[in-house]
Amino acid sequence: MTLPQIAFFFLSAVALASAVMVITRRNAVHSVIWLIVTLFSVGGVFLMLHAEFLFAVQVILYVGGIMVLFLFVVMLVNLDVAVKQAQFTRQWQLALATAVMLMAELAYGIYRGHEGFTLGQVSSAPISGGNTQALALALYQDYMLPVEIASVLLLVAMVGAVVMAKRKLE
Amino acid sequence: MIPTHWYLMLGTALFTIGVIGVLTRRNVIVILMSIELILNAVNVNLVAFSDYFRSVDGQVFAIFVITDAAAEAAIGLALIIALFRNKETVNADEIDLLKW
Repeated sequence: MTLPQIAFFFLSAVALASAVMVITRRNAVHSVIWLIVTLFSVGGVFLMLHAEFLFAVQVILYVGGIMVLFLFVVMLVNLDVAVKQAQFTRQWQLALATAVMLMAELAYGIYRGHEGFTLGQVSSAPISGGNTQALALALYQDYMLPVEIASVLLLVAMVGAVVMAKRKLE
Repeated sequence: MIPTHWYLMLGTALFTIGVIGVLTRRNVIVILMSIELILNAVNVNLVAFSDYFRSVDGQVFAIFVITDAAAEAAIGLALIIALFRNKETVNADEIDLLKW
């Protein structure tokens, strides 16, 4: 087993274990902390796939932005009552069985697919000119309109969040 | 080196854990966090294929997914605050105003 494979298995194990912790913890604050661990491990997987800019985005935007937002709301919403109540819905066995069946189907499809279509090895050579430069060129030349639409989407989301969290509309 | 389908398997497992969280948890905030897990699983797949084809298009799409995740988190958390103000609960199965 080579060093990249060991790194991949380590990152995957951390990501999956902390993801399981996210959905099983009783206290929502603990869930947020475990989700941060998951996001860091997924960021490490991005690094292994030569996506350095996405790793930076993952750490700055996800861990630094979205998770702080989550923590804020967890602190704002009084969870003392919810912690003492049942954490899972009544139909959780059925939901678990369905989800595991879904995973079995997907995993079987990927397993057969990689045999049939010879999904080969991940390339080791990085894109020339650096990942960030290539990504910037793609974003601002080929994907100009989607970037503008995404910025409008963010504006709408911002206005919507302010309007909905407001105490009273006058 | 690492075959691409290993990354796809990781994405599948993360996706399934997220789906289990959405389907079984009662706490709305944890359901939102499970949706973040699902979006991350999608990003792993996109970046894996981006690396496999030596093209940045997959990474561009992953950036759009992260943008969507940010918008969704902001809207979802604002909804939770508004909901908690009105109903004093964060349990998804107690919010049944539209159910008869």
